[in-house]
Amino acid sequence: MTTQPVRFYQVGSFAVGNRLLDPDQRTVQADRSRSNALTSGHRACQGCGEALGARYVLDAAMRATGGRLVAVNATGCLEVFTTPYPETSWQVPWLHSLFGNAAAVATGVAAALAVQGRDDVRVVAQAGDGGTVDIGFGCLSGMFERDDDVLFVCYDNEAYMNTGVQRSAATPPAARTATTEAVGPEPGNPFGQGKDLPTLAMAHGVRYVATATVAELHDLEAKVERAMGVRGARYLHVLVPCPLGWGSDPSDTIRVARTAKETGLFPVYEAEGGTVTSVSPIRRRVPVTEYLRLQGRFRHVVGADGTVHRPDIVERLQQMADATVERLGLDRPAFGEGGPAGTGSPRTGEAVGTGNPRTGGPAGEGATP
Amino acid sequence: MTDLPFGISLDVGTSLANKTGSWRVERPVYVDRLPPCNDACPAGENVQRWLYHAEAGHYEQAWRALVEDNPLPAVMGRVCYRPCEGACNRAQLDEAVGINAVERFLGDEALARGWSFEAATRPSGRRVLVVGAGPAGLAATYHLRRLGHAVTLVDGAERPGGMMRYGIPKFRLDRGVLDGEVDRILALGVDLQLGTPVTDLPAAMRDGGFDAAFLAVGAQLAHRAYIPAGDSARVLDAVSFLRDVEGADPPRLGRRVLVYGGGDTAMDAARTARRLGATDAVVVYRRTRERMPAHDVEVQEAAEEGVCMSWLSTIAGIEDGKAVLEEMELDADGFPQPTGRFHDVAADAVVLALGQDTDLSLLATVPDVTVAGRSVQVDGTLMTGHPGVFAGGDIVGPERTVTTAAGAGKRAARAIDAWLAGGTLPQRDRHPLATFDALETWYYADAPKAHRPVLELARRTSTFDEVVGGLDEGTALFEARRCMSCGNCFECDNCFGMCPDNAVIKLEPGQRYRFDYDYCKGCGICVSECPCGAIVMVPEEL
Ligand SMILES: Cc1cc2nc3c(=O)[nH]c(=O)nc-3n(C[C@H](O)[C@H](O)[C@H](O)COP(=O)(O)OP(=O)(O)OC[C@H]3O[C@@H](n4cnc5c(N)ncnc54)[C@H](O)[C@@H]3O)c2cc1C
Ligand SMILES: Cc1ncc(C[n+]2csc(CCOP(=O)(O)OP(=O)(O)O)c2C)c(N)n1
Ligand code: SF4
Ligand code: SF4
Ligand SMILES: [Mg+2]
Repeated sequence: MTTQPVRFYQVGSFAVGNRLLDPDQRTVQADRSRSNALTSGHRACQGCGEALGARYVLDAAMRATGGRLVAVNATGCLEVFTTPYPETSWQVPWLHSLFGNAAAVATGVAAALAVQGRDDVRVVAQAGDGGTVDIGFGCLSGMFERDDDVLFVCYDNEAYMNTGVQRSAATPPAARTATTEAVGPEPGNPFGQGKDLPTLAMAHGVRYVATATVAELHDLEAKVERAMGVRGARYLHVLVPCPLGWGSDPSDTIRVARTAKETGLFPVYEAEGGTVTSVSPIRRRVPVTEYLRLQGRFRHVVGADGTVHRPDIVERLQQMADATVERLGLDRPAFGEGGPAGTGSPRTGEAVGTGNPRTGGPAGEGATP
Repeated sequence: MTDLPFGISLDVGTSLANKTGSWRVERPVYVDRLPPCNDACPAGENVQRWLYHAEAGHYEQAWRALVEDNPLPAVMGRVCYRPCEGACNRAQLDEAVGINAVERFLGDEALARGWSFEAATRPSGRRVLVVGAGPAGLAATYHLRRLGHAVTLVDGAERPGGMMRYGIPKFRLDRGVLDGEVDRILALGVDLQLGTPVTDLPAAMRDGGFDAAFLAVGAQLAHRAYIPAGDSARVLDAVSFLRDVEGADPPRLGRRVLVYGGGDTAMDAARTARRLGATDAVVVYRRTRERMPAHDVEVQEAAEEGVCMSWLSTIAGIEDGKAVLEEMELDADGFPQPTGRFHDVAADAVVLALGQDTDLSLLATVPDVTVAGRSVQVDGTLMTGHPGVFAGGDIVGPERTVTTAAGAGKRAARAIDAWLAGGTLPQRDRHPLATFDALETWYYADAPKAHRPVLELARRTSTFDEVVGGLDEGTALFEARRCMSCGNCFECDNCFGMCPDNAVIKLEPGQRYRFDYDYCKGCGICVSECPCGAIVMVPEEL
């Protein structure tokens, strides 16, 4: 007799919800009474991954904290598109001060709450990649080092989108931005530059560091919940495609994020106290060209139909992806297929910080080769 | 100050005042597309729909959705050639959903639990004669009864079922299962007259005062070929042979049996011969394996049971204890041509399985019914040239299967119902097909197909026990859940969860979703990420 255990729920493991699953096993986003911390009427572009990512993160944090949450925002699209005075899209207590000081303001909010003995109210700081890896990095490093009780979330759209797509230290090699035009022998952003913030956070010994994308909701929500269960400094780095800056179709936002992970270019993992503890394995690995061809910012490298214009650049990007996959062991077959990330076998004792996945160069390598 | 949430001190306005829907140039709309399984089912079953209920473990609801279209699921789950699975989109991902296995599970579950059909609505006062109690006649009877018409079902045979009983062997269709499904139809209140062949249709209609008739007499006559045979040679036709096996005294064929023909009937005859004690059962066919009309699964199962095949050969003559075979070769057009090379093979009996013809003598006095070749000609509503006389199943063809017959019975019943009301059946628009490229298969968990258990070989040549078994509950549920719900929303919440503008409103369970066009900017993420392709973008009228 062929018997097979009923161990899967059609789409429950990857989709937002599933009528066959217990409501408490579905995502927060599947819940009709989710907070909608970032509500309708905001002025983000069509298909904005950042708007989506912020709602995902804050709704999950709201559930985790029973709605006792304060959000501090850096300057950037997320701030601008949500709060053109006198309107706000935030359905959560929300503060904005400056581009570079979100971590410091959040530290202050947490300290003020602590002084009042309000340990039930939790603090999230959020910023774009510019506000995190560039101008905000000093404040953030301090927050990490002091172990302030804040979850800092970086919505990484890989450039300064709000001011017109200028390069940041999170912009990937070869990408065209307004300040790294696709001209010359090395078109787009140079190889060998930039910072890998999750690695830097781990180097600070931050209690909990995780990466995620808007394409894996179960995984993202589980990480927010995890983070809210920890006291002290925590860091969450979420990849949020930007149709405007990436030259991708607004309808492709989720697909682009999913492909970033499935190529190995954007590794999804968790780390505690400086050590990688789990990775979300690649499910259906694809070559980097599948990612590049979806985006106008790489059009000089690969055509929309997959035609490779610059095999040398594709080769370098593929090597970066391969090295990341190898380093973190992302290519292992998915385990208990369909389980949300975090169910993969924990990787303890993994050495990290030995390379720079962001730049394609060894860590510590100098400027443009 | 209004009642503000914790920590909010400034009474600012909400962005809900900003109707971003005005940005949109295209709008998403929910659609239902036709799943390829539904499209392929000759009985017009809504496969996706009943699998949807089965996935939730709501088997009775699933069965009730299934029998809306086909009253014979346990039979289908055994003998249908499964065109649905051939069309299933999941085949392009891993393997087709085991639709037929789940159908059998539901059919068997219904029999085991004694689920019965809902009785007819209000009686219509109209009377319909159904001639032939095969799948076409039984299906028509069922649908006519549920539409409130009185039905007299007449058959020349001693038992109802047609070829399901007198053709398809027991080892493929358990007779208890057949009886169970037939009896459930009869329980709707049917005037069944067995052993009563109709010889003159107009007379029968006049005598019984019928308002309409459905003719479903099938193809009962064995097609003959002239083969010189000695007096003592034992030559039978497959249709009579298989019918006689149903009787109390099965025919004896001897140890070496030749079966002439290349269709499913030939396979069934050879497999039956093996079970009756033939040590050598050889199928003789004029052409090659590729050109054989028999379905692959039947050929394979026959081969497993030790049936041998002699391709590219014809039977030139039959004598006592042997047959003379002539080798054939295919010409440039693929037609078999004689070679003049002969050889003898030992044969205690020869079974001719060369196809079936229709016996339409009961129509002799109905001149306005046209017959072309072996089939009665009908219009799109299955009505013959004679008003009020409809026909379907094997007498119409061209597909001759149980499922096609059951579908014809349904269509005829609906057409008769419309005709009796003075109209014709309205043509329903079909939804556009849910093709594989409309799906986003990322969201479906990897799940290899569950296969049905098969009887061990020893018992397959010594008994008439069913060869293919059914799935247990857990496996059937697993298999149902492999369905991707092509083209039909199954409430996965992707659109609701993935809209960056909260412009999807989730309704009560079972009611699906609604777009909030005040805020939808028309990004199309919902369309891209809908696993089953149930949303499309349409241009806004500007
Ligand atoms: C050996 C064999 C195996 C088959 N296997 C399969 C299979 O696995 N799957 C599949 O889908 N199909 C199979 N088929 C084909 C399938 O059985 C037929 O296509 C189907 O039964 C046709 O249904 P029907 O209702 O048109 O006719 P039938 O099933 O032939 O029923 C016709 C009925 O009409 C009655 N009748 C005939 N003349 C008169 C008359 N003058 N007055 C009163 N009653 C009359 C007959 O007694 C019979 O009961 C098989 C056929 C054969 C012969
Ligand atoms: C000190 C200072 N410098 C420059 C700016 C202008 N400015 C506003 S938003 C922004 C870029 C934001 O980029 P990022 O943090 O990546 O967020 P994104 O808009 O991409 O989400 C800049 C340069 C500013 N507001 N303050
Ligand atoms: S520019 Fe990019 S990040 Fe900013 S609102 Fe538009 S899509 Fe979102
Ligand atoms: S996956 Fe389901 S709905 Fe799609 S064709 Fe197969 S059985 Fe039909
Ligand atoms: Mg940015």
